[in-house]
Amino acid sequence: GSGGFRKRKHDNFPHGQRREEKENVKPPSALMTSFKSFQLELDTRHDKYERLVKLSRDITIESKRTIFLLHRFTSAPNGEEILSESEVKLDAVRRKIKQVAQELIGEDMYQFHRAISPGLQEYVEAVSFQYFIKTRSLISVEEINKQLVFTAEDREETTNMTSNSHDKESPSWSLKVTPVDYLLGVADLTGELMRLCISSVGNGDIDTPFELSQFLRQIYDGFTFIGNTGPYEVSKKLYTLKQSLAKVENACYTLKVRGSEIPKHMLADVFSTKTELIDQEEGLP
Amino acid sequence: MSVSEMFAALQGALGQDQDIREEIRKVVQALEQTAREILTLLQGVHQGPGFQHIPKKCQKAREHFGTVRTQMESLKTKFPADQYYRFHEHWRFVLQRLVFLAAFVVYLESETLVTREAVAEILGIEADRERGFHLDIEDYLSGVLTLASELARLAVNSVTAGDYSRPLRISTFINELDSGFRLLNLKNDSLRKRYDGLKYDVKKIEEVVYDLSIRGLNKEATVVAGGEK
Repeated sequence: GSGGFRKRKHDNFPHGQRREEKENVKPPSALMTSFKSFQLELDTRHDKYERLVKLSRDITIESKRTIFLLHRFTSAPNGEEILSESEVKLDAVRRKIKQVAQELIGEDMYQFHRAISPGLQEYVEAVSFQYFIKTRSLISVEEINKQLVFTAEDREETTNMTSNSHDKESPSWSLKVTPVDYLLGVADLTGELMRLCISSVGNGDIDTPFELSQFLRQIYDGFTFIGNTGPYEVSKKLYTLKQSLAKVENACYTLKVRGSEIPKHMLADVFSTKTELIDQEEGLP
Repeated sequence: MSVSEMFAALQGALGQDQDIREEIRKVVQALEQTAREILTLLQGVHQGPGFQHIPKKCQKAREHFGTVRTQMESLKTKFPADQYYRFHEHWRFVLQRLVFLAAFVVYLESETLVTREAVAEILGIEADRERGFHLDIEDYLSGVLTLASELARLAVNSVTAGDYSRPLRISTFINELDSGFRLLNLKNDSLRKRYDGLKYDVKKIEEVVYDLSIRGLNKEATVVAGGEK
Protein backbone atom coordinates (compact mmCIF):
# COMPACT_ATOMS: atom_id res chain seq x y z
CA GLY A 1 0.00 0.00 0.00
CA SER A 2 1.51 3.24 1.18
CA GLY A 3 5.04 1.91 1.08
CA GLY A 4 5.14 2.33 -2.67
CA PHE A 5 6.37 5.88 -2.78
CA ARG A 6 8.92 5.28 -0.08
CA LYS A 7 10.63 2.63 -2.10
CA ARG A 8 11.51 5.16 -4.73
CA LYS A 9 13.10 7.59 -2.37
CA HIS A 10 16.43 5.90 -2.03
CA ASP A 11 17.11 6.13 -5.74
CA ASN A 12 17.71 9.84 -5.85
CA PHE A 13 20.71 10.02 -3.61
CA PRO A 14 21.34 13.54 -2.50
CA HIS A 15 24.80 12.62 -1.37
CA GLY A 16 27.05 13.60 -4.24
CA GLN A 17 30.33 12.75 -2.65
CA ARG A 18 29.89 9.06 -3.22
CA ARG A 19 29.38 9.23 -6.94
CA GLU A 20 33.05 9.26 -7.81
CA GLU A 21 34.30 5.81 -7.11
CA LYS A 22 31.97 4.25 -4.62
CA GLU A 23 29.56 1.90 -6.27
CA ASN A 24 26.05 3.25 -6.08
CA VAL A 25 23.94 1.01 -3.91
CA LYS A 26 21.77 -1.02 -6.19
CA PRO A 27 18.32 -1.75 -4.77
CA PRO A 28 18.60 -5.53 -4.79
CA SER A 29 21.58 -5.57 -2.47
CA ALA A 30 21.55 -8.12 0.33
CA LEU A 31 20.67 -5.46 2.83
CA MET A 32 17.75 -4.16 0.81
CA THR A 33 16.45 -7.65 0.20
CA SER A 34 16.41 -8.42 3.87
CA PHE A 35 14.74 -5.11 4.67
CA LYS A 36 12.08 -5.92 2.12
CA SER A 37 11.35 -9.12 3.96
CA PHE A 38 11.28 -7.15 7.23
CA GLN A 39 8.74 -4.84 5.67
CA LEU A 40 6.55 -7.78 4.84
CA GLU A 41 6.92 -9.30 8.26
CA LEU A 42 6.19 -6.07 10.11
CA ASP A 43 3.21 -5.24 7.91
CA THR A 44 1.75 -8.69 8.44
CA ARG A 45 2.17 -8.33 12.16
CA HIS A 46 0.67 -4.84 12.29
CA ASP A 47 -2.28 -5.88 10.15
CA LYS A 48 -3.04 -8.74 12.43
CA TYR A 49 -2.78 -6.47 15.43
CA GLU A 50 -5.20 -3.99 13.88
CA ARG A 51 -7.69 -6.72 13.06
CA LEU A 52 -7.52 -7.91 16.65
CA VAL A 53 -8.00 -4.40 18.01
CA LYS A 54 -11.09 -4.04 15.89
CA LEU A 55 -12.46 -7.38 17.06
CA SER A 56 -11.71 -6.41 20.63
CA ARG A 57 -13.66 -3.17 20.22
CA ASP A 58 -16.63 -5.05 18.83
CA ILE A 59 -16.47 -7.48 21.72
CA THR A 60 -16.37 -4.59 24.17
CA ILE A 61 -19.37 -2.85 22.63
CA GLU A 62 -21.50 -5.98 22.46
CA SER A 63 -20.59 -6.98 26.02
CA LYS A 64 -21.48 -3.51 27.31
CA ARG A 65 -24.86 -3.76 25.59
CA THR A 66 -25.42 -7.13 27.19
CA ILE A 67 -24.71 -5.62 30.58
CA PHE A 68 -27.18 -2.81 29.97
CA LEU A 69 -29.73 -5.36 28.93
CA LEU A 70 -29.15 -7.36 32.08
CA HIS A 71 -29.65 -4.28 34.21
CA ARG A 72 -33.20 -4.25 32.99
CA PHE A 73 -33.67 -7.72 34.40
CA THR A 74 -34.80 -6.84 37.90
CA SER A 75 -37.23 -4.16 36.88
CA ALA A 76 -38.85 -6.10 34.07
CA PRO A 77 -41.56 -8.65 34.66
CA ASN A 78 -40.33 -10.75 31.74
CA GLY A 79 -37.06 -11.77 33.32
CA GLU A 80 -36.69 -15.03 31.45
CA GLU A 81 -36.96 -13.27 28.15
CA ILE A 82 -34.19 -10.89 29.01
CA LEU A 83 -31.97 -13.73 30.13
CA SER A 84 -32.44 -15.61 26.90
CA GLU A 85 -31.89 -12.44 24.92
CA SER A 86 -28.64 -11.85 26.79
CA GLU A 87 -27.64 -15.41 25.96
CA VAL A 88 -28.13 -14.66 22.28
CA LYS A 89 -26.03 -11.54 22.59
CA LEU A 90 -23.27 -13.39 24.39
CA ASP A 91 -23.29 -16.03 21.68
CA ALA A 92 -22.65 -13.26 19.19
CA VAL A 93 -19.77 -12.05 21.32
CA ARG A 94 -18.37 -15.57 21.45
CA ARG A 95 -18.46 -15.74 17.68
CA LYS A 96 -16.25 -12.66 17.65
CA ILE A 97 -13.96 -14.29 20.17
CA LYS A 98 -13.83 -17.28 17.89
CA GLN A 99 -12.51 -15.02 15.17
CA VAL A 100 -9.90 -13.76 17.61
CA ALA A 101 -8.93 -17.33 18.38
CA GLN A 102 -8.63 -18.01 14.67
CA GLU A 103 -6.32 -15.05 14.23
CA LEU A 104 -4.16 -16.40 16.99
CA ILE A 105 -3.74 -19.93 15.67
CA GLY A 106 -0.06 -20.67 15.58
CA GLU A 107 0.75 -17.39 17.28
CA ASP A 108 1.94 -16.56 20.73
CA MET A 109 -1.19 -15.19 22.33
CA TYR A 110 0.75 -12.82 24.54
CA GLN A 111 2.29 -11.10 21.57
CA PHE A 112 -1.13 -9.68 20.76
CA HIS A 113 -2.51 -9.68 24.24
CA ARG A 114 -2.64 -5.93 24.53
CA ALA A 115 -4.89 -5.76 21.48
CA ILE A 116 -7.53 -8.10 22.83
CA SER A 117 -7.27 -7.68 26.58
CA PRO A 118 -9.90 -4.88 26.92
CA GLY A 119 -12.45 -6.88 24.98
CA LEU A 120 -11.84 -10.02 26.99
CA GLN A 121 -12.21 -8.16 30.26
CA GLU A 122 -15.50 -6.71 29.17
CA TYR A 123 -16.63 -10.15 28.10
CA VAL A 124 -15.71 -11.59 31.49
CA GLU A 125 -17.71 -8.81 33.08
CA ALA A 126 -20.79 -9.54 30.96
CA VAL A 127 -20.63 -13.30 31.33
CA SER A 128 -20.05 -13.20 35.07
CA PHE A 129 -22.87 -10.69 35.48
CA GLN A 130 -25.27 -12.96 33.67
CA TYR A 131 -24.01 -15.94 35.62
CA PHE A 132 -24.56 -14.08 38.86
CA ILE A 133 -28.12 -13.16 37.95
CA LYS A 134 -28.84 -16.76 37.08
CA THR A 135 -27.10 -18.55 39.92
CA ARG A 136 -26.16 -15.90 42.49
CA SER A 137 -22.57 -17.10 42.46
CA LEU A 138 -19.28 -16.27 40.83
CA ILE A 139 -18.33 -17.91 37.57
CA SER A 140 -14.88 -19.46 37.63
CA VAL A 141 -12.19 -18.79 35.09
CA GLU A 142 -12.31 -22.44 34.05
CA GLU A 143 -15.99 -22.19 33.33
CA ILE A 144 -15.44 -19.13 31.15
CA ASN A 145 -12.67 -20.83 29.24
CA LYS A 146 -14.83 -23.88 28.73
CA GLN A 147 -17.20 -21.76 26.68
CA LEU A 148 -14.36 -20.49 24.57
CA VAL A 149 -13.43 -23.77 22.96
CA PHE A 150 -14.43 -23.69 19.35
CA THR A 151 -14.75 -26.43 16.83
CA ALA A 152 -13.89 -26.12 13.18
CA GLU A 153 -17.15 -26.04 11.30
CA ASP A 154 -16.77 -22.91 9.24
CA ARG A 155 -13.16 -22.22 9.69
CA GLU A 156 -11.65 -19.50 7.58
CA GLU A 157 -8.12 -20.21 6.58
CA THR A 158 -5.61 -17.77 7.89
CA THR A 159 -3.11 -18.21 5.14
CA ASN A 160 -1.84 -14.67 5.18
CA MET A 161 1.12 -15.66 7.30
CA THR A 162 3.78 -16.53 4.80
CA SER A 163 6.53 -17.38 7.22
CA ASN A 164 4.19 -19.46 9.29
CA SER A 165 3.00 -22.90 8.36
CA HIS A 166 0.50 -24.43 10.72
CA ASP A 167 1.49 -28.03 10.59
CA LYS A 168 -0.41 -29.04 13.70
CA GLU A 169 -3.93 -28.67 12.40
CA SER A 170 -6.22 -29.35 15.32
CA PRO A 171 -9.95 -29.85 14.88
CA SER A 172 -10.78 -27.47 17.69
CA TRP A 173 -9.02 -24.48 19.16
CA SER A 174 -9.60 -22.28 22.10
CA LEU A 175 -8.87 -18.96 23.65
CA LYS A 176 -7.87 -18.80 27.25
CA VAL A 177 -8.79 -15.86 29.41
CA THR A 178 -5.73 -15.14 31.51
CA PRO A 179 -6.07 -14.95 35.30
CA VAL A 180 -5.33 -11.25 35.16
CA ASP A 181 -7.99 -10.54 32.55
CA TYR A 182 -10.39 -12.55 34.63
CA LEU A 183 -9.56 -10.63 37.79
CA LEU A 184 -9.94 -7.28 36.09
CA GLY A 185 -13.24 -8.36 34.60
CA VAL A 186 -14.50 -9.51 37.97
CA ALA A 187 -13.40 -6.22 39.52
CA ASP A 188 -15.51 -4.43 36.93
CA LEU A 189 -18.36 -6.77 37.71
CA THR A 190 -18.49 -5.45 41.25
CA GLY A 191 -19.29 -2.01 39.88
CA GLU A 192 -22.22 -3.46 37.99
CA LEU A 193 -23.38 -5.30 41.09
CA MET A 194 -23.30 -2.07 43.03
CA ARG A 195 -25.52 -0.45 40.43
CA LEU A 196 -27.79 -3.46 40.55
CA CYS A 197 -28.01 -3.13 44.31
CA ILE A 198 -28.96 0.53 44.27
CA SER A 199 -31.49 0.10 41.51
CA SER A 200 -33.05 -2.94 43.15
CA VAL A 201 -33.60 -0.84 46.27
CA GLY A 202 -35.31 1.66 44.04
CA ASN A 203 -37.57 -1.11 42.88
CA GLY A 204 -38.46 -1.95 46.44
CA ASP A 205 -36.47 -5.16 46.45
CA ILE A 206 -35.25 -5.57 50.00
CA ASP A 207 -33.50 -8.93 49.77
CA THR A 208 -31.16 -8.40 46.84
CA PRO A 209 -29.04 -5.71 48.52
CA PHE A 210 -28.19 -8.00 51.40
CA GLU A 211 -27.36 -10.84 49.09
CA LEU A 212 -25.19 -8.51 47.06
CA SER A 213 -23.34 -7.10 49.99
CA GLN A 214 -22.59 -10.64 51.09
CA PHE A 215 -21.32 -11.53 47.65
CA LEU A 216 -19.30 -8.36 47.19
CA ARG A 217 -17.66 -8.85 50.55
CA GLN A 218 -16.51 -12.31 49.44
CA ILE A 219 -15.02 -10.87 46.29
CA TYR A 220 -13.40 -8.06 48.21
CA ASP A 221 -11.87 -10.56 50.60
CA GLY A 222 -10.62 -12.50 47.61
CA PHE A 223 -8.96 -9.43 46.16
CA THR A 224 -7.34 -8.50 49.42
CA PHE A 225 -6.03 -12.06 49.62
CA ILE A 226 -4.36 -11.56 46.26
CA GLY A 227 -3.17 -8.14 47.32
CA ASN A 228 -0.09 -7.08 45.46
CA THR A 229 0.77 -10.52 44.10
CA GLY A 230 -1.09 -9.46 41.00
CA PRO A 231 -0.04 -6.81 38.57
CA TYR A 232 -0.46 -3.12 39.13
CA GLU A 233 -3.82 -2.87 37.38
CA VAL A 234 -5.37 -5.30 39.82
CA SER A 235 -4.32 -3.31 42.86
CA LYS A 236 -5.61 -0.17 41.17
CA LYS A 237 -9.06 -1.71 40.83
CA LEU A 238 -9.04 -2.61 44.48
CA TYR A 239 -9.69 1.02 45.36
CA THR A 240 -12.82 1.25 43.21
CA LEU A 241 -13.93 -2.08 44.53
CA LYS A 242 -13.71 -0.72 48.04
CA GLN A 243 -15.89 2.20 47.06
CA SER A 244 -18.49 -0.07 45.51
CA LEU A 245 -18.52 -2.24 48.57
CA ALA A 246 -18.93 0.77 50.85
CA LYS A 247 -21.92 1.97 48.84
CA VAL A 248 -23.60 -1.40 49.02
CA GLU A 249 -22.88 -1.80 52.72
CA ASN A 250 -24.23 1.63 53.43
CA ALA A 251 -27.31 0.80 51.43
CA CYS A 252 -27.86 -2.28 53.56
CA TYR A 253 -27.27 -0.25 56.66
CA THR A 254 -29.87 2.30 55.66
CA LEU A 255 -32.29 -0.43 54.78
CA LYS A 256 -31.89 -1.99 58.19
CA VAL A 257 -32.12 1.22 60.16
CA ARG A 258 -34.65 3.19 58.23
CA GLY A 259 -36.32 0.57 56.10
CA SER A 260 -39.14 0.13 58.53
CA GLU A 261 -39.83 3.84 58.81
CA ILE A 262 -39.62 5.11 55.28
CA PRO A 263 -42.29 4.21 52.76
CA LYS A 264 -40.79 2.02 50.04
CA HIS A 265 -41.45 4.44 47.22
CA MET A 266 -39.25 7.02 48.90
CA LEU A 267 -36.30 4.74 49.52
CA ALA A 268 -34.85 5.47 46.14
CA ASP A 269 -34.52 9.14 47.04
CA VAL A 270 -32.80 8.31 50.28
CA PHE A 271 -30.24 6.23 48.46
CA SER A 272 -29.49 8.68 45.75
CA THR A 273 -28.56 11.32 48.33
CA LYS A 274 -26.68 8.76 50.35
CA THR A 275 -24.48 7.64 47.49
CA GLU A 276 -23.75 11.21 46.47
CA LEU A 277 -22.51 11.85 49.95
CA ILE A 278 -20.18 8.89 49.70
CA ASP A 279 -18.91 10.10 46.38
CA GLN A 280 -18.01 13.43 47.86
CA GLU A 281 -16.23 11.86 50.78
CA GLU A 282 -14.24 9.50 48.60
CA GLY A 283 -13.33 12.29 46.28
CA LEU A 284 -11.34 14.03 48.99
CA PRO A 285 -7.63 13.32 49.02
CA MET B 1 -16.22 -23.85 44.04
CA SER B 2 -16.52 -21.08 46.58
CA VAL B 3 -15.34 -17.58 45.91
CA SER B 4 -12.48 -17.85 48.35
CA GLU B 5 -11.30 -21.10 46.78
CA MET B 6 -11.32 -19.49 43.36
CA PHE B 7 -9.27 -16.57 44.57
CA ALA B 8 -6.86 -18.89 46.35
CA ALA B 9 -6.32 -20.73 43.06
CA LEU B 10 -5.78 -17.46 41.22
CA GLN B 11 -3.38 -16.29 43.86
CA GLY B 12 -1.45 -19.50 43.40
CA ALA B 13 -1.20 -18.93 39.66
CA LEU B 14 -0.08 -15.34 40.13
CA GLY B 15 2.45 -16.37 42.73
CA GLN B 16 3.98 -18.88 40.33
CA ASP B 17 4.11 -16.16 37.74
CA GLN B 18 6.04 -13.96 40.10
CA ASP B 19 8.52 -16.72 40.79
CA ILE B 20 9.17 -17.13 37.10
CA ARG B 21 9.68 -13.40 36.70
CA GLU B 22 12.09 -13.40 39.59
CA GLU B 23 14.14 -16.17 37.99
CA ILE B 24 14.16 -14.39 34.64
CA ARG B 25 15.25 -11.16 36.26
CA LYS B 26 18.27 -12.86 37.78
CA VAL B 27 19.49 -14.21 34.45
CA VAL B 28 18.76 -10.93 32.72
CA GLN B 29 20.91 -9.14 35.28
CA ALA B 30 23.78 -11.48 34.47
CA LEU B 31 23.23 -10.84 30.78
CA GLU B 32 23.29 -7.11 31.37
CA GLN B 33 26.58 -7.49 33.17
CA THR B 34 28.11 -9.37 30.25
CA ALA B 35 26.71 -6.81 27.83
CA ARG B 36 28.34 -4.01 29.80
CA GLU B 37 31.66 -5.82 29.71
CA ILE B 38 31.48 -6.22 25.94
CA LEU B 39 30.49 -2.60 25.55
CA THR B 40 33.42 -1.42 27.65
CA LEU B 41 35.72 -3.56 25.56
CA LEU B 42 34.41 -2.17 22.28
CA GLN B 43 34.39 1.41 23.51
CA GLY B 44 38.15 1.18 23.21
CA VAL B 45 37.93 1.63 19.46
CA HIS B 46 36.98 5.27 19.91
CA GLN B 47 40.34 6.14 21.38
CA GLY B 48 43.21 6.93 19.10
CA PRO B 49 45.37 3.85 19.59
CA GLY B 50 42.25 1.68 19.64
CA PHE B 51 42.01 1.77 15.87
CA GLN B 52 44.99 -0.48 15.48
CA HIS B 53 43.58 -3.04 17.83
CA ILE B 54 40.17 -3.47 16.30
CA PRO B 55 40.62 -7.11 15.24
CA LYS B 56 41.96 -8.02 18.63
CA LYS B 57 39.12 -6.30 20.44
CA CYS B 58 36.59 -8.01 18.19
CA GLN B 59 38.09 -11.34 18.94
CA LYS B 60 37.91 -10.69 22.66
CA ALA B 61 34.32 -9.57 22.31
CA ARG B 62 33.51 -12.77 20.46
CA GLU B 63 34.84 -14.72 23.40
CA HIS B 64 32.48 -12.83 25.69
CA PHE B 65 29.60 -13.81 23.46
CA GLY B 66 30.31 -17.35 24.56
CA THR B 67 29.22 -16.30 28.05
CA VAL B 68 26.14 -14.71 26.53
CA ARG B 69 25.24 -17.98 24.88
CA THR B 70 25.49 -19.89 28.15
CA GLN B 71 23.37 -17.27 29.88
CA MET B 72 20.82 -17.41 27.09
CA GLU B 73 20.67 -21.17 27.49
CA SER B 74 19.84 -20.74 31.13
CA LEU B 75 17.26 -18.03 30.36
CA LYS B 76 15.47 -20.44 28.04
CA THR B 77 14.94 -22.88 30.87
CA LYS B 78 13.30 -20.34 33.15
CA PHE B 79 9.89 -20.21 31.51
CA PRO B 80 7.63 -22.32 29.27
CA ALA B 81 8.90 -22.15 25.71
CA ASP B 82 5.56 -21.11 24.24
CA GLN B 83 5.21 -18.07 26.48
CA TYR B 84 8.00 -15.99 25.04
CA TYR B 85 5.96 -12.83 24.64
CA ARG B 86 4.47 -13.11 28.07
CA PHE B 87 7.82 -12.29 29.61
CA HIS B 88 9.31 -10.50 26.64
CA GLU B 89 9.56 -7.14 28.43
CA HIS B 90 12.08 -8.53 30.87
CA TRP B 91 14.79 -9.25 28.34
CA ARG B 92 13.78 -6.90 25.58
CA PHE B 93 16.21 -4.16 26.55
CA VAL B 94 19.21 -6.38 27.09
CA LEU B 95 18.51 -8.31 23.91
CA GLN B 96 18.48 -5.10 21.89
CA ARG B 97 21.73 -4.09 23.49
CA LEU B 98 23.28 -7.46 22.64
CA VAL B 99 22.09 -7.20 19.06
CA PHE B 100 23.82 -3.85 18.85
CA LEU B 101 27.02 -5.26 20.26
CA ALA B 102 27.00 -8.21 17.90
CA ALA B 103 26.24 -5.92 14.98
CA PHE B 104 29.08 -3.62 16.04
CA VAL B 105 31.55 -6.46 16.19
CA VAL B 106 30.47 -7.73 12.80
CA TYR B 107 30.69 -4.26 11.36
CA LEU B 108 34.17 -3.69 12.70
CA GLU B 109 35.29 -7.02 11.31
CA SER B 110 33.72 -6.97 7.88
CA GLU B 111 31.99 -3.58 7.49
CA THR B 112 28.72 -5.26 6.68
CA LEU B 113 25.38 -5.34 8.40
CA VAL B 114 24.90 -8.46 10.42
CA THR B 115 21.89 -10.47 9.33
CA ARG B 116 19.19 -11.43 11.72
CA GLU B 117 20.18 -15.07 11.41
CA ALA B 118 23.80 -14.30 12.15
CA VAL B 119 22.93 -12.30 15.29
CA ALA B 120 20.73 -15.11 16.47
CA GLU B 121 23.62 -17.49 15.98
CA ILE B 122 26.08 -15.25 17.81
CA LEU B 123 23.67 -15.00 20.74
CA GLY B 124 22.85 -18.69 20.66
CA ILE B 125 19.16 -18.22 19.93
CA GLU B 126 16.84 -18.80 16.98
CA ALA B 127 15.91 -16.38 14.24
CA ASP B 128 12.54 -17.97 13.78
CA ARG B 129 9.74 -18.01 16.36
CA GLU B 130 8.75 -21.53 15.41
CA ARG B 131 11.94 -23.00 16.70
CA GLY B 132 12.10 -21.69 20.23
CA PHE B 133 13.62 -18.71 21.94
CA HIS B 134 14.01 -16.29 19.10
CA LEU B 135 15.06 -12.81 18.20
CA ASP B 136 12.06 -10.59 17.66
CA ILE B 137 12.35 -8.53 14.51
CA GLU B 138 11.71 -5.25 16.29
CA ASP B 139 14.46 -5.97 18.75
CA TYR B 140 16.82 -6.73 15.90
CA LEU B 141 15.95 -3.47 14.17
CA SER B 142 16.33 -1.49 17.39
CA GLY B 143 19.77 -2.93 17.89
CA VAL B 144 20.72 -1.99 14.34
CA LEU B 145 19.58 1.59 14.96
CA THR B 146 21.81 1.78 18.02
CA LEU B 147 24.65 0.67 15.77
CA ALA B 148 23.96 3.63 13.49
CA SER B 149 24.49 6.18 16.24
CA GLU B 150 27.58 4.39 17.42
CA LEU B 151 28.99 4.54 13.90
CA ALA B 152 28.26 8.25 13.68
CA ARG B 153 30.40 8.65 16.73
CA LEU B 154 33.06 6.37 15.29
CA ALA B 155 33.20 8.50 12.14
CA VAL B 156 34.01 11.59 14.19
CA ASN B 157 36.60 9.82 16.28
CA SER B 158 38.30 8.13 13.37
CA VAL B 159 38.94 11.58 11.86
CA THR B 160 40.48 12.67 15.13
CA ALA B 161 42.66 9.59 15.03
CA GLY B 162 43.76 10.45 11.51
CA ASP B 163 41.84 7.74 9.72
CA TYR B 164 40.19 9.71 6.93
CA SER B 165 38.87 6.82 4.87
CA ARG B 166 36.68 5.24 7.50
CA PRO B 167 34.05 8.02 7.57
CA LEU B 168 33.50 7.55 3.85
CA ARG B 169 32.88 3.88 4.27
CA ILE B 170 30.64 4.48 7.26
CA SER B 171 28.72 7.01 5.21
CA THR B 172 28.03 4.48 2.48
CA PHE B 173 26.95 1.95 5.04
CA ILE B 174 24.65 4.29 6.96
CA ASN B 175 23.06 5.54 3.78
CA GLU B 176 22.24 2.06 2.72
CA LEU B 177 20.85 1.36 6.15
CA ASP B 178 18.75 4.48 5.90
CA SER B 179 17.34 3.34 2.57
CA GLY B 180 16.57 0.01 4.16
CA PHE B 181 14.65 1.56 6.99
CA ARG B 182 12.74 3.74 4.57
CA LEU B 183 11.18 0.56 3.24
CA LEU B 184 9.53 -0.16 6.55
CA ASN B 185 6.09 1.07 7.51
CA LEU B 186 6.61 1.64 11.16
CA LYS B 187 3.90 2.12 13.70
CA ASN B 188 4.04 4.92 16.20
CA ASP B 189 5.97 2.91 18.74
CA SER B 190 9.39 2.85 20.32
CA LEU B 191 11.02 1.49 17.18
CA ARG B 192 9.61 4.39 15.21
CA LYS B 193 10.99 6.85 17.76
CA ARG B 194 14.41 5.32 17.44
CA TYR B 195 14.19 5.33 13.69
CA ASP B 196 13.45 9.04 13.82
CA GLY B 197 16.90 9.47 15.34
CA LEU B 198 18.59 7.80 12.39
CA LYS B 199 18.44 10.94 10.26
CA TYR B 200 20.59 12.80 12.76
CA ASP B 201 23.20 10.09 12.56
CA VAL B 202 23.10 10.29 8.78
CA LYS B 203 23.42 14.05 8.96
CA LYS B 204 26.33 13.88 11.38
CA ILE B 205 28.25 11.52 9.13
CA GLU B 206 27.54 13.62 6.09
CA GLU B 207 28.97 16.62 7.89
CA VAL B 208 32.12 14.69 8.64
CA VAL B 209 32.42 13.63 5.01
CA TYR B 210 31.82 17.22 3.94
CA ASP B 211 34.52 18.52 6.24
CA LEU B 212 36.93 15.99 4.82
CA SER B 213 36.11 16.71 1.20
CA ILE B 214 36.39 20.51 1.33
CA ARG B 215 39.84 20.07 2.78
CA GLY B 216 40.76 17.51 0.20
CA LEU B 217 41.32 14.98 2.92
CA ASN B 218 39.05 12.40 1.42
CA LYS B 219 41.20 12.22 -1.74
CA GLU B 220 44.20 11.54 0.38
CA ALA B 221 42.18 8.96 2.23
CA THR B 222 41.09 7.14 -0.88
CA VAL B 223 44.63 7.09 -2.15
CA VAL B 224 45.78 5.61 1.12
CA ALA B 225 42.88 3.22 1.21
CA GLY B 226 43.45 2.26 -2.39
CA GLY B 227 47.10 1.71 -1.69
CA GLU B 228 46.32 -0.58 1.19
CA LYS B 229 44.03 -2.69 -0.91
